[in-house]
Amino acid sequence: MTIGLAHYLTVSAILFTIGVFGIFMNRRNVIIILMSIELILLAVNINFVAFSSYLHNVQGQIMAMFVLTVAASEAAVGLAILVTFFRNRGDIAVDDASMMKG
Amino acid sequence: MTLMAIAFYLMAAVTTMAGLLVITAKNPVHSVLFLILAFFSAAGLFILLGAEFLAMLLIVVYVGAVAVLFLFVVMMLDVDFKKLRQGFSNYLAVGGLVALLLLCELIFVSLVTAQKGAAAGHDTLVAAGSETNIKMIGHALYGPYIYLFEAAGFVLLVAMIGAIVLTLRHRPSVKRQDIFTQVTRRRVDSVEVVPAKTGEGISE
Repeated sequence: MTIGLAHYLTVSAILFTIGVFGIFMNRRNVIIILMSIELILLAVNINFVAFSSYLHNVQGQIMAMFVLTVAASEAAVGLAILVTFFRNRGDIAVDDASMMKG
Repeated sequence: MTLMAIAFYLMAAVTTMAGLLVITAKNPVHSVLFLILAFFSAAGLFILLGAEFLAMLLIVVYVGAVAVLFLFVVMMLDVDFKKLRQGFSNYLAVGGLVALLLLCELIFVSLVTAQKGAAAGHDTLVAAGSETNIKMIGHALYGPYIYLFEAAGFVLLVAMIGAIVLTLRHRPSVKRQDIFTQVTRRRVDSVEVVPAKTGEGISE
Protein backbone atom coordinates (compact mmCIF):
# COMPACT_ATOMS: atom_id res chain seq x y z
CA MET A 1 0.00 0.00 0.00
CA THR A 2 1.59 3.25 -1.08
CA ILE A 3 0.84 6.60 0.47
CA GLY A 4 -0.07 9.09 -2.22
CA LEU A 5 -0.78 12.78 -2.39
CA ALA A 6 -4.47 12.18 -1.68
CA HIS A 7 -3.67 10.77 1.76
CA TYR A 8 -1.83 13.90 2.83
CA LEU A 9 -4.48 16.18 1.34
CA THR A 10 -7.15 14.28 3.27
CA VAL A 11 -5.31 14.71 6.56
CA SER A 12 -4.95 18.41 5.75
CA ALA A 13 -8.67 18.68 4.93
CA ILE A 14 -9.62 17.00 8.22
CA LEU A 15 -7.34 19.33 10.18
CA PHE A 16 -8.71 22.40 8.38
CA THR A 17 -12.27 21.32 9.15
CA ILE A 18 -11.39 20.76 12.81
CA GLY A 19 -10.06 24.31 12.92
CA VAL A 20 -13.19 25.82 11.39
CA PHE A 21 -15.37 23.66 13.65
CA GLY A 22 -13.38 24.84 16.66
CA ILE A 23 -14.08 28.48 15.79
CA PHE A 24 -17.78 27.65 15.54
CA MET A 25 -17.89 25.75 18.82
CA ASN A 26 -15.81 28.01 21.05
CA ARG A 27 -17.19 31.34 19.97
CA ARG A 28 -16.77 32.92 23.40
CA ASN A 29 -13.24 31.76 24.14
CA VAL A 30 -10.64 33.80 22.22
CA ILE A 31 -7.73 31.58 23.25
CA ILE A 32 -9.31 28.49 21.70
CA ILE A 33 -10.19 30.53 18.60
CA LEU A 34 -6.53 31.53 18.23
CA MET A 35 -5.51 27.88 18.60
CA SER A 36 -8.07 26.92 15.94
CA ILE A 37 -6.51 29.47 13.58
CA GLU A 38 -3.14 27.87 14.27
CA LEU A 39 -4.63 24.48 13.34
CA ILE A 40 -6.02 25.91 10.09
CA LEU A 41 -2.61 27.35 9.19
CA LEU A 42 -1.01 24.01 9.99
CA ALA A 43 -3.43 22.33 7.57
CA VAL A 44 -2.43 24.87 4.90
CA ASN A 45 1.22 24.11 5.59
CA ILE A 46 0.66 20.37 5.21
CA ASN A 47 -1.01 21.07 1.85
CA PHE A 48 1.91 23.22 0.72
CA VAL A 49 4.53 20.70 1.74
CA ALA A 50 2.64 17.74 0.27
CA PHE A 51 2.28 19.45 -3.10
CA SER A 52 5.88 20.62 -2.95
CA SER A 53 7.01 17.08 -2.35
CA TYR A 54 4.90 15.41 -5.00
CA LEU A 55 5.51 18.09 -7.67
CA HIS A 56 9.29 17.91 -7.06
CA ASN A 57 9.37 21.66 -6.52
CA VAL A 58 10.79 23.31 -3.44
CA GLN A 59 8.77 26.53 -3.80
CA GLY A 60 5.91 25.06 -1.78
CA GLN A 61 8.21 24.66 1.20
CA ILE A 62 9.34 28.29 0.85
CA MET A 63 5.68 29.36 0.92
CA ALA A 64 5.11 27.15 3.97
CA MET A 65 7.95 28.99 5.70
CA PHE A 66 6.28 32.33 4.98
CA VAL A 67 2.98 30.97 6.28
CA LEU A 68 4.85 29.94 9.42
CA THR A 69 6.25 33.47 9.77
CA VAL A 70 2.83 35.07 9.46
CA ALA A 71 1.31 32.52 11.84
CA ALA A 72 3.93 33.29 14.50
CA SER A 73 3.40 37.06 14.17
CA GLU A 74 -0.35 36.59 14.26
CA ALA A 75 -0.13 34.54 17.45
CA ALA A 76 2.10 37.13 19.12
CA VAL A 77 -0.07 40.13 18.21
CA GLY A 78 -3.28 38.23 18.92
CA LEU A 79 -2.15 37.25 22.39
CA ALA A 80 -0.95 40.82 23.05
CA ILE A 81 -4.40 42.14 22.11
CA LEU A 82 -5.92 39.46 24.34
CA VAL A 83 -3.81 40.53 27.32
CA THR A 84 -4.74 44.20 26.77
CA PHE A 85 -8.41 43.28 26.42
CA PHE A 86 -8.28 41.27 29.64
CA ARG A 87 -6.62 44.19 31.45
CA ASN A 88 -9.36 46.58 30.35
CA ARG A 89 -12.36 44.35 30.99
CA GLY A 90 -11.24 41.61 33.39
CA ASP A 91 -12.74 38.98 31.10
CA ILE A 92 -12.09 37.60 27.63
CA ALA A 93 -15.63 36.86 26.44
CA VAL A 94 -15.78 37.82 22.76
CA ASP A 95 -19.47 38.71 22.94
CA ASP A 96 -18.68 41.86 24.87
CA ALA A 97 -15.89 42.93 22.53
CA SER A 98 -18.24 45.32 20.73
CA MET A 99 -18.26 47.41 23.92
CA MET A 100 -14.71 48.41 22.99
CA LYS A 101 -15.85 50.66 20.16
CA GLY A 102 -16.02 54.39 20.78
CA MET B 1 6.85 0.74 1.87
CA THR B 2 4.51 -0.74 4.43
CA LEU B 3 6.57 0.78 7.22
CA MET B 4 6.06 4.16 5.52
CA ALA B 5 2.31 3.51 5.44
CA ILE B 6 2.24 2.54 9.11
CA ALA B 7 4.19 5.67 10.03
CA PHE B 8 1.88 7.83 7.95
CA TYR B 9 -1.30 6.42 9.45
CA LEU B 10 0.12 6.73 12.98
CA MET B 11 1.13 10.37 12.48
CA ALA B 12 -2.11 11.25 10.70
CA ALA B 13 -4.24 9.65 13.42
CA VAL B 14 -2.33 11.38 16.22
CA THR B 15 -2.50 14.74 14.40
CA THR B 16 -6.26 14.62 13.83
CA MET B 17 -7.01 13.26 17.31
CA ALA B 18 -4.88 15.94 18.94
CA GLY B 19 -6.55 18.59 16.77
CA LEU B 20 -9.97 17.37 17.83
CA LEU B 21 -8.94 17.41 21.49
CA VAL B 22 -7.62 20.99 21.14
CA ILE B 23 -11.12 22.28 20.47
CA THR B 24 -13.01 19.98 22.84
CA ALA B 25 -10.78 19.93 25.94
CA LYS B 26 -12.41 21.53 28.99
CA ASN B 27 -9.17 22.90 30.36
CA PRO B 28 -7.36 25.37 28.05
CA VAL B 29 -3.99 24.23 29.38
CA HIS B 30 -4.82 20.75 28.06
CA SER B 31 -5.80 22.38 24.77
CA VAL B 32 -2.37 23.96 24.47
CA LEU B 33 -0.67 20.66 25.28
CA PHE B 34 -2.73 18.88 22.60
CA LEU B 35 -1.80 21.67 20.18
CA ILE B 36 1.85 20.88 20.87
CA LEU B 37 1.14 17.20 20.21
CA ALA B 38 -0.61 18.06 16.94
CA PHE B 39 2.32 20.15 15.76
CA PHE B 40 4.78 17.48 16.78
CA SER B 41 3.05 14.75 14.77
CA ALA B 42 2.58 17.16 11.85
CA ALA B 43 6.36 17.59 11.92
CA GLY B 44 6.54 13.80 11.63
CA LEU B 45 4.35 14.00 8.51
CA PHE B 46 6.71 16.62 7.09
CA ILE B 47 9.66 14.30 7.62
CA LEU B 48 7.79 11.52 5.79
CA LEU B 49 7.32 13.99 2.92
CA GLY B 50 11.04 14.74 2.84
CA ALA B 51 10.82 18.27 4.25
CA GLU B 52 13.21 17.81 7.14
CA PHE B 53 14.11 21.46 7.54
CA LEU B 54 10.49 22.57 7.76
CA ALA B 55 9.78 19.80 10.27
CA MET B 56 12.56 21.06 12.54
CA LEU B 57 11.35 24.63 12.02
CA LEU B 58 7.84 23.60 13.04
CA ILE B 59 9.11 22.06 16.26
CA VAL B 60 11.42 24.96 17.10
CA VAL B 61 8.96 27.74 16.26
CA TYR B 62 5.74 26.17 17.46
CA VAL B 63 6.66 23.91 20.34
CA GLY B 64 9.49 26.20 21.40
CA ALA B 65 7.88 29.59 21.05
CA VAL B 66 4.22 29.84 20.08
CA ALA B 67 2.88 27.03 22.26
CA VAL B 68 4.86 28.31 25.25
CA LEU B 69 3.46 31.79 24.57
CA PHE B 70 -0.05 30.32 24.60
CA LEU B 71 0.65 28.45 27.84
CA PHE B 72 2.03 31.63 29.39
CA VAL B 73 -1.05 33.68 28.45
CA VAL B 74 -3.49 30.95 29.54
CA MET B 75 -1.84 30.71 32.93
CA MET B 76 -1.42 34.48 33.32
CA LEU B 77 -5.05 35.36 32.67
CA ASP B 78 -7.33 34.52 35.54
CA VAL B 79 -10.43 33.63 33.58
CA ASP B 80 -13.43 31.54 34.46
CA PHE B 81 -13.29 29.11 31.57
CA LYS B 82 -16.47 27.29 32.57
CA LYS B 83 -18.48 30.41 31.81
CA LEU B 84 -16.84 30.73 28.43
CA ARG B 85 -17.96 27.25 27.46
CA GLN B 86 -21.63 28.15 27.67
CA GLY B 87 -23.32 27.77 24.31
CA PHE B 88 -21.03 24.95 23.23
CA SER B 89 -23.99 22.71 22.48
CA ASN B 90 -26.04 25.51 20.90
CA TYR B 91 -23.74 25.68 17.92
CA LEU B 92 -23.12 21.92 17.72
CA ALA B 93 -25.81 21.18 15.11
CA VAL B 94 -25.13 24.06 12.74
CA GLY B 95 -21.38 23.93 13.24
CA GLY B 96 -21.29 20.18 12.71
CA LEU B 97 -23.33 20.46 9.52
CA VAL B 98 -21.10 23.18 8.09
CA ALA B 99 -17.98 21.27 9.10
CA LEU B 100 -19.25 18.05 7.51
CA LEU B 101 -20.08 19.81 4.24
CA LEU B 102 -16.69 21.54 4.24
CA LEU B 103 -14.89 18.27 4.91
CA CYS B 104 -16.73 16.46 2.11
CA GLU B 105 -15.96 19.24 -0.35
CA LEU B 106 -12.30 19.46 0.62
CA ILE B 107 -11.75 15.70 0.43
CA PHE B 108 -13.58 15.50 -2.90
CA VAL B 109 -11.47 18.28 -4.41
CA SER B 110 -8.33 16.71 -2.91
CA LEU B 111 -9.04 13.32 -4.44
CA VAL B 112 -9.77 14.83 -7.85
CA THR B 113 -6.60 16.94 -7.69
CA ALA B 114 -4.46 14.03 -6.60
CA GLN B 115 -5.72 11.75 -9.39
CA LYS B 116 -6.00 14.14 -12.32
CA GLY B 117 -3.72 17.05 -11.45
CA ALA B 118 -0.14 17.72 -12.39
CA ALA B 119 1.07 15.77 -9.38
CA ALA B 120 -0.65 12.52 -10.39
CA GLY B 121 1.54 9.44 -10.18
CA HIS B 122 4.67 11.20 -8.97
CA ASP B 123 6.97 9.94 -6.30
CA THR B 124 7.85 12.09 -3.34
CA LEU B 125 10.76 14.48 -3.49
CA VAL B 126 12.70 12.40 -1.00
CA ALA B 127 12.81 9.48 -3.42
CA ALA B 128 13.78 11.55 -6.46
CA GLY B 129 15.91 14.35 -5.06
CA SER B 130 19.66 14.27 -5.46
CA GLU B 131 20.30 17.39 -3.37
CA THR B 132 19.53 17.64 0.31
CA ASN B 133 16.35 19.38 1.41
CA ILE B 134 18.15 22.18 3.24
CA LYS B 135 20.37 22.91 0.23
CA MET B 136 17.38 23.26 -2.09
CA ILE B 137 15.60 25.54 0.38
CA GLY B 138 18.72 27.65 0.79
CA HIS B 139 19.16 28.04 -2.96
CA ALA B 140 15.54 29.15 -3.38
CA LEU B 141 15.35 31.32 -0.27
CA TYR B 142 18.55 33.29 -0.87
CA GLY B 143 18.07 33.31 -4.64
CA PRO B 144 14.76 34.25 -6.25
CA TYR B 145 12.95 34.72 -2.93
CA ILE B 146 15.46 37.00 -1.22
CA TYR B 147 13.19 40.08 -1.19
CA LEU B 148 10.26 38.07 0.13
CA PHE B 149 12.58 36.69 2.78
CA GLU B 150 13.54 40.24 3.84
CA ALA B 151 9.86 41.18 3.87
CA ALA B 152 9.18 38.25 6.19
CA GLY B 153 11.81 39.66 8.52
CA PHE B 154 9.99 43.00 8.49
CA VAL B 155 6.71 41.25 9.26
CA LEU B 156 8.31 39.70 12.33
CA LEU B 157 9.81 43.06 13.36
CA VAL B 158 6.46 44.82 13.06
CA ALA B 159 4.75 42.03 15.00
CA MET B 160 7.34 42.32 17.77
CA ILE B 161 7.01 46.10 18.02
CA GLY B 162 3.22 45.81 17.90
CA ALA B 163 3.11 43.27 20.70
CA ILE B 164 5.41 45.40 22.88
CA VAL B 165 3.43 48.61 22.22
CA LEU B 166 0.15 46.84 22.98
CA THR B 167 1.22 45.36 26.28
CA LEU B 168 3.45 48.16 27.59
CA ARG B 169 1.78 50.43 30.11
CA HIS B 170 2.91 53.30 32.30
CA ARG B 171 1.38 53.27 35.74
CA PRO B 172 1.41 56.75 37.32
CA SER B 173 1.47 55.27 40.82
CA VAL B 174 4.81 53.59 40.23
CA LYS B 175 7.87 55.80 40.74
CA ARG B 176 10.23 55.79 37.80
CA GLN B 177 13.71 57.15 37.33
CA ASP B 178 13.75 60.53 35.53
CA ILE B 179 17.28 61.23 34.40
CA PHE B 180 16.59 64.90 33.50
CA THR B 181 15.29 65.93 36.92
CA GLN B 182 18.04 63.92 38.52
CA VAL B 183 20.77 65.73 36.63
CA THR B 184 19.32 69.23 36.75
CA ARG B 185 18.74 69.12 40.51
CA ARG B 186 20.50 71.92 42.45
CA ARG B 187 21.59 72.14 46.06
CA VAL B 188 19.17 74.99 46.88
CA ASP B 189 16.21 72.84 45.83
CA SER B 190 16.76 70.22 48.46
CA VAL B 191 18.96 71.51 51.28
CA GLU B 192 18.16 74.38 53.63
CA VAL B 193 20.46 75.79 56.31
CA VAL B 194 18.55 76.58 59.49
CA PRO B 195 20.28 78.26 62.43
CA ALA B 196 19.51 76.26 65.55
CA LYS B 197 19.45 77.81 69.03
CA THR B 198 21.58 76.20 71.67
CA GLY B 199 19.67 73.82 73.97
CA GLU B 200 16.42 74.00 72.01
CA GLY B 201 17.06 72.23 68.73
CA ILE B 202 14.68 72.36 65.84
CA SER B 203 11.12 71.20 65.86
CA GLU B 204 9.06 70.92 62.73
